[in-house]
Amino acid sequence: MSQCRYFIFVLFLAFLVPPMAGAGESGTEIVVYSARHEPLIKPLFDTYAKKTGVEVKFITGEAGALMQRLKAEGTRTPADILLTVDAGNLWFAKREGLLQPVQSPALEANIPAHLRDPDKQWFGLSVRARTLVYNTQKVSPSDLSTYQALAEPQWKGRLCLRSSKKVYNQSLVAMLIAEYGEAETLNIVKGWVANLAAPVYSDDEQVLPAVAAGQCDVGIVNSYYYGRLLKKQADLPLALFWADQGAGGVHVNVSGAGVTRHARHAQAAQALLEWLSSEEAQGVFANANLEYPANPKVAPDPAVAAWGSFKQNTRNLGQAGAMQAQAIRLMDEAGYH
Amino acid sequence: MHAEGGVAALTENIAIPFPGDVPHRGRRRGGWAFAALLAALWLLMFAALLAGGDGDTAAVWTHLARRLPELLANTLVLALGVGLGTLALGAGLAWLTALHEFPGSRFFSWALVLPLALPAYVLGFVLIGLLDFSGPLQSFLREAGFSSGWMPQIRSRGGVMLALTLALYPYVYLLAREAFLSQGQRVLETAQSLGDSRGRALFRAVLPMSRPWLAAGVSLVLMETLADFGTVSVFNYETFTTAIYKAWYGLFSLQAAGQLAACLVSLALLLLVLEQRQRLRQRYALVSRGRDGSGKPRLHGWRAGLACVLSGAVLVAGFALPMAQLALWTLEVWREELDERYAAFLGHSVLMAAAGALLTVAAAFALTLFKRRAGLEPGAVLAVRLATLGYAVPGTVLAVGIVTPLAWLDQWLGALTDAWGFEAAPLLGGSLAVLLLAYLARFLAVAFGAVDSAMQRVTPAMEDASRSLGVSGLSLWLRLHLPLLRGGLLSGALLVFVDVMKEMPMTLLIRPFGWDNLAVRVFEMVSEGLWERAAPSALALALAGLLPVALLIRTTERSA
Repeated sequence: MSQCRYFIFVLFLAFLVPPMAGAGESGTEIVVYSARHEPLIKPLFDTYAKKTGVEVKFITGEAGALMQRLKAEGTRTPADILLTVDAGNLWFAKREGLLQPVQSPALEANIPAHLRDPDKQWFGLSVRARTLVYNTQKVSPSDLSTYQALAEPQWKGRLCLRSSKKVYNQSLVAMLIAEYGEAETLNIVKGWVANLAAPVYSDDEQVLPAVAAGQCDVGIVNSYYYGRLLKKQADLPLALFWADQGAGGVHVNVSGAGVTRHARHAQAAQALLEWLSSEEAQGVFANANLEYPANPKVAPDPAVAAWGSFKQNTRNLGQAGAMQAQAIRLMDEAGYH
Repeated sequence: MHAEGGVAALTENIAIPFPGDVPHRGRRRGGWAFAALLAALWLLMFAALLAGGDGDTAAVWTHLARRLPELLANTLVLALGVGLGTLALGAGLAWLTALHEFPGSRFFSWALVLPLALPAYVLGFVLIGLLDFSGPLQSFLREAGFSSGWMPQIRSRGGVMLALTLALYPYVYLLAREAFLSQGQRVLETAQSLGDSRGRALFRAVLPMSRPWLAAGVSLVLMETLADFGTVSVFNYETFTTAIYKAWYGLFSLQAAGQLAACLVSLALLLLVLEQRQRLRQRYALVSRGRDGSGKPRLHGWRAGLACVLSGAVLVAGFALPMAQLALWTLEVWREELDERYAAFLGHSVLMAAAGALLTVAAAFALTLFKRRAGLEPGAVLAVRLATLGYAVPGTVLAVGIVTPLAWLDQWLGALTDAWGFEAAPLLGGSLAVLLLAYLARFLAVAFGAVDSAMQRVTPAMEDASRSLGVSGLSLWLRLHLPLLRGGLLSGALLVFVDVMKEMPMTLLIRPFGWDNLAVRVFEMVSEGLWERAAPSALALALAGLLPVALLIRTTERSA
């Protein structure tokens, strides 16, 4: 029994040490919880620290887990900014009361209205376009038009898709529901499933080689995956096609950020967000991952610009977030897993 | 020191029949109290999950309920396949290498543990990369003018079973090997002297005698399979765990995710209890340990060839191929990727793995002693099961279940300290202790499996003998149990070490600022689909895991 008591005592000590160790004073320092991964954000934060003297500490992780931590920490959270990918996560963070509104003319000027929250709680910082990719030896671009058209029987056994578990497909389908209504979208998704050439992949990065190798003729991917693959192998018979140009426009999603509700350095956090949306930072923020800058005044990377310009779907992204759960249920019902 | 050697020597070579685990006199209520405490901790964890954001939980459930039978079937079939696969592979290879000599048998006996150093999802990803339609093998076939349509689809139920079996069989192999080495030869000889052929003796005597070890190995595999998220997602195979993540990350209902996780844990508990009940019907007596190498028969001709090819194939598929792929990718990217930060990543990985292993194995030792003292008391049996269930819970779920109550405590303490007029730093922000606690909760099963199966060696009769020699209490544990359990303790520590090195989701959520390690680095890259850039970290992870794995083998060899 004495060992047991001793063990408990040691455990108790172990809990006491860290708070004491961390109790020192901190200077101007912003803390970011980020679901955008480290190589894409660290260079920017380093630049910012050099420029302004404000250090940015961050911890990366999965969006869902980080938001839950933020929520559990409540008023005592060290986080000033939540930076995450996908509008659905940003919408959820807002709904859970994890963010606060930011009054910033600069952010509103820099970021187009459909890429930010109408209630000013989050702002998109880079744009990812989800569109069609096709095998140039097997498909002529004149055969392609919309996401919806891929459900037609002429594509039977010719389509490759990634898992419906990935949020990019969930927000795409959410947008389709917003455009066409639930019944019509269910038909579209069922049509896709009927046209699949192979079981759905876990990644866009697997869809692209499958299209290139001729296992299927066309797929739906995020543009930057295509860009990355082309950087490695320029000679693949692959090309992007901008979908829905005659209709609502290409489906886009964002990575974006907001100031946390209980931020200790809300002013400094807002300043960092404003800087991230500025022309100085936007190029680096988007180009590091071959995405599109959210700020329309900034040109994309030359390699990205070479794929041509396109019309974005300008439906507010908050809507895709709100309809994400509905989209998942619909895809499950259609047998798209 | 002298007496300690004496006791061990005295008891070592006596064949002692003993009636299972004898319930010891003494505190009957201790078991129930401990079980209640652990159950309370579990409930607290689930309470934390259930209090999490409810994204319209009722709607989520009506939706999930429709698919639940299918998911349950998927999960059970996967667990069954991987369980049988690892049992056949693990026990089969252990039978070959522990009790036979064939070309390369000495090499294979340790090399076959190596797949343990690689995370299962890495193995899965590499297998898909190589064997899928656009992979090098099928592309080569097509370029050579053949069809590749006849090749089985790797992204399938069979594929995910294969990947998990190859990644997890070492758990069974290690424990089976220990069992065969410590008693297989004698049991085999006995059975043969009674007229059984070697093959018949294997199934009639050796395997049944090794059941505690095999069961320990397979239950680890099953729990790991139930909790696996990384590998099944790479294969896009839907299980209970993927449903948990879908409910949480997709449908934004941590509540539904928590409820599903509770179902998963109950399922694991049920499996374990069933196995335990089965096993309790049987009784084991230990034959003398020790082995004479000359007793191993040498395989000749096609048998030797087959043994060699079989071991080689498993080693290549489970270790050499993925390592080669990682090495190739590393060659592509190391110039821009490797920098001085990697030293810190490696340092953090090794440090936390070492600390986690020590803490966990200490707890496992304590738990083993508790189990021995409490014997068959139902409360104690339940307590042990509850203590080791963390291994069946997906890492992220467990992490959130630990973090949330601690955050509540933080809030409460914060309000308290604020009232006293000073500000305390939060417990969570930067607490390595919390991370260690999480490792303990998750990996206690691994250490416990190794220590507890070693405990089979310390029979109650030995304890009685020691007591009659005047050694009891703490000094009995230190002088009798500790030396005899040394091998098991070391195996447990090394297994946990390797597991902590590979662990990702809990480290991600709980680590203090700047405490990135190799597994976190792998996550950073893989989450964006950058497998090449993940390769240096994954390779370093595997290489750093090789040393403990090699040590592990020497331990089992020596303790046998």
